[in-house]
Amino acid sequence: MTLLKKLVYKIKFLSLLALLLSPAMLFAADTLDTGDTAWMMVSTAVVLLMTPAGLALFYAGMTRSKNVLNTYAMVVGAFVVAFVAWIIAGYSIAFGANDNATLQMFTGGFNHILLNGINWTDLSGTYPTYVFIVFQGTFAAITIAIASGSIIERMKFSTWLVFVFIWTIAVYAPITHMVWGGDGALLFDAGALDFAGGTVVHMNGGLAGLVLAILIGKRTGLNKTAMKPMSIMLTALGAALLWFGWFGFNGGSAFGANAIAGLAFLTTAFAPAVAAIVWMLLEYMTYKKITLLGAVSGIVAGLVAITPAAGFVDVTGAFIMGAVGSIVAFYGVIGLKKKLGYDDSLDAFGIHFLAGLWGALAVAFFALKDNDLLWDGPLKESGDRMGQFWVQVESVVVVGLFTLVGTVVVYYIASLLTGGARVDEEEESKGLDEALHGEKALNL
Amino acid sequence: MKKIEAIIKPFKLEDVKDALAEAGITGMTVTDVKGYGRQQGHSELYRGAEYIVDFLAKTKIELVLNDDEVENCVKLIVESAKTGKIGDGKIFVTPIEEVIRIRTGETGSEAV
Repeated sequence: MTLLKKLVYKIKFLSLLALLLSPAMLFAADTLDTGDTAWMMVSTAVVLLMTPAGLALFYAGMTRSKNVLNTYAMVVGAFVVAFVAWIIAGYSIAFGANDNATLQMFTGGFNHILLNGINWTDLSGTYPTYVFIVFQGTFAAITIAIASGSIIERMKFSTWLVFVFIWTIAVYAPITHMVWGGDGALLFDAGALDFAGGTVVHMNGGLAGLVLAILIGKRTGLNKTAMKPMSIMLTALGAALLWFGWFGFNGGSAFGANAIAGLAFLTTAFAPAVAAIVWMLLEYMTYKKITLLGAVSGIVAGLVAITPAAGFVDVTGAFIMGAVGSIVAFYGVIGLKKKLGYDDSLDAFGIHFLAGLWGALAVAFFALKDNDLLWDGPLKESGDRMGQFWVQVESVVVVGLFTLVGTVVVYYIASLLTGGARVDEEEESKGLDEALHGEKALNL
Repeated sequence: MKKIEAIIKPFKLEDVKDALAEAGITGMTVTDVKGYGRQQGHSELYRGAEYIVDFLAKTKIELVLNDDEVENCVKLIVESAKTGKIGDGKIFVTPIEEVIRIRTGETGSEAV
């Protein structure tokens, strides 16, 4: 298995440190580190919580009461299906090496299908490879779960599950490979900086959401009937769980219990706090009211914006990235959506794509020129920020185009396999909880 | 016999109930209702989507009384439900033809 370049750097650094400290610890990097292992396992578990609890509540609370369970089920369903797809083929395509150098630029090989060839004793740096696989699997699962927010209250559950399975393997895995797939992978070699998934997770999931929202069409009665959220309480609780889990998402992306994880902790706490305040100010200036939904939307926008930069920036960088991320997402939700008229129902595009896009580009300007933090790229090699910016632009364009085309294709395949993607009008008006699942959120 | 229907502000219900109980009026039926009159609705805001809520939550009290109690009862409701602001509600008085107590079969003013 090709090790990630960032892991290689870390190992080199650790080896050097070990060499300095004691010759006996020369091979320390090749053995399991219990601290790193413990941290990666904890990170993985809290990242898992982000999807079937955090995102699910965040989205379900914003849904009309007749569709709450369907929205929740779309998130939970996305998680379980994507995770299985990840074990079957996603991991191999994302992180397996491809013998063909041209193909290696875009996709990994099939040598680890069903985790073939990976032993429980194998290490990924200083912790078990199995932990790495699960950690990355939770990223794969949340990415497509994010997209569900754009298409709630109108998609067939069967189509959604089929879509998730194919998309995880055909779209998510290759994108992950291009960005994080090690030597020979297109954007990895170009030196794109994406600490924990601004492009891979948030731009990717948010754009997939928008594409789906346009393909499947608006909800019946949009802008004519009131579409009020069932409970902002649930949404706020979901946002809190997301924030909590994000410490594993960003902190775990340091791949060890180390000082870089500590930096990611600081920025993961600070940027969302700033972003929430900015959102509240914008709301007050626009509507003379500060809403709880606005405050927690700001938190999520800040989390998304800092994700690609969590372990690269200092507190000033985190402040600016969080603040501007919030402004960008606020505009996406309040302005752009109305102007363009698409039904990105819960703003997966407005918040995750736009704040993720901002973060992915801005990291070039706010990343510290500190070669112990930087992975690769023009900034690390020669302090060339503009050069780094163009690499970031390249990564954004490549990921964007791949997601755009891939999502359209997978949508039509999933739609074909399940006989149409959309519920009929009667089911839609009755509510998907009752029509599709035979359940009700509240039996009062 | 008369029926008194009073639409009041929900938070005034306890005051009205206490005032009537003090005057010896012991029974009533209470319903949560929605509606609008001169008082305007309010708006709700969700991520920039503003919803005007036309119907406001109100409480409806219904009582049936003998004719001689009606005037005092109406006075008590007006006093206890009043805030002086728009939206305090209205009281309707209508005649009642017959009242029957199910348990005993009593009719007329004895059943009130």
